[in-house]
Amino acid sequence: MSAEVDLGGRWRLHPQVALRPERFGALAYHFGSRRLSFLKSRRLLDVVEGLEAAPDPIAACRAAGVPEAELPSYRRALATLAETEMIVRI
Amino acid sequence: MRLVEEFEAGLAAPICITWELTYACNLACVHCLSSSGRRDPRELTTAEAKAVISELERMQVFYVNVGGGEPTVRRDFWELLDHAAAHNVGVKFSTNGSRIDAAAAARLAASDYVDVQVSIDGATAAVNDAVRGPGSFDTALGALERLAAAGFERPKISVVVTRQNAGQLDAFKAIADRYGAQLRITRLRPSGRGADVWDDLHPTAEQQRSLYMWLLEHGEEVLTGDSFFHLSAYGEALPGLNLCGAGRVVCLIDPVGDVYACPFAIHQEFLAGNVREPRGFEGVWRDSELFARLRAPRSGGACESCGHYDACRGGCMAAKFFTGLPLDGPDPECALGHGERLLAARGAEVAIPAPAVDHSRVRPPARPPAKVCDENPLADFLARA
Repeated sequence: MSAEVDLGGRWRLHPQVALRPERFGALAYHFGSRRLSFLKSRRLLDVVEGLEAAPDPIAACRAAGVPEAELPSYRRALATLAETEMIVRI
Repeated sequence: MRLVEEFEAGLAAPICITWELTYACNLACVHCLSSSGRRDPRELTTAEAKAVISELERMQVFYVNVGGGEPTVRRDFWELLDHAAAHNVGVKFSTNGSRIDAAAAARLAASDYVDVQVSIDGATAAVNDAVRGPGSFDTALGALERLAAAGFERPKISVVVTRQNAGQLDAFKAIADRYGAQLRITRLRPSGRGADVWDDLHPTAEQQRSLYMWLLEHGEEVLTGDSFFHLSAYGEALPGLNLCGAGRVVCLIDPVGDVYACPFAIHQEFLAGNVREPRGFEGVWRDSELFARLRAPRSGGACESCGHYDACRGGCMAAKFFTGLPLDGPDPECALGHGERLLAARGAEVAIPAPAVDHSRVRPPARPPAKVCDENPLADFLARA
């Protein structure tokens, strides 16, 4: 299912989502859906925080220093966040 | 480190906390895990409670499970609810429903950050009322009706699974569906007054197995508060974190501000500090010696060699503690039956820890007064005068 999410274009954190940095990455809590997600690396946190300033999520990954080889796994993580509306299209 | 190990090592702030706002309760459920009944005169004041909310906001504790006692009997209950919402602390509160009148239901329906959880412990009045008291089933359903009429979306119905209601899971689901509610079922703990009734009320091994199958079948549509992770040893893991979060990712603040490792461990042994200390709640969470101990790597003890230890992580600390079992051994309801064997072999010398805090209302003796004037509180004084 995740593979079907089109991650093109500009995205940002859902306005009702709060991020809390943790040693392993971050907690993301959606006050609307009451859903809690875990961002499993600090770099993924950087990516999510950089979404709004980037032309698209893959560019945000590159800007955060994600190595090319790891892009597919970051893409999957972002697709999951998109499905649960933790991140939304601008 | 795997995520589960990160959680076991403790987070910068709890994922969520349980906050019992008062020990006062108009019911006297036989299994009450906080032994509630009477209000404690040392209860946190409104200002102190608001200071805790400010700390929670600063620490980014995104939501609190508010309970009691019956939290709605606090006169400042609604004020605290609004204050929490205004400070980005979501609230899910548990209630017996007795004070959810039409006005309260309308107020709740208008709020964004509040979830409501109405407790029933039987899908029929007979099963429920035997545990929660006469009339409590109808009271709870009345509250759900008023919430639905006011347009409150998706309340929760909270059920503690017992030997008497374990066969009613489908019926609970049907009740939840009838009110547009989400079902939440949790584990009976031998905590508080629950210690007195656990032997008779906790589900049999066979019922636990069926419960596990039922939970697998219903997946994430039924909430469990991660309460049955000890059953993951039956096979496939249940949805959730599947670990003991006590002092690591959760904790409890009690009505007088005492911070315990978890809601099921109101006992001196698991007391980390008090929010009234100069270091505040944040300091207790961060620095308490008890929490440091709970976050340190632990041996699985007798369970370490078990092939299922990775699945159940040894189960619930509070359940072991209040049944007199070693904390580094199997859960009393271990899916493989190891706990049951230990319980059976428990000698008379095993001291079962008594709850340190008890606010149960003492019921007056059933016998009638010897003389009518004994009813008068001044009877003795008047007699001497």
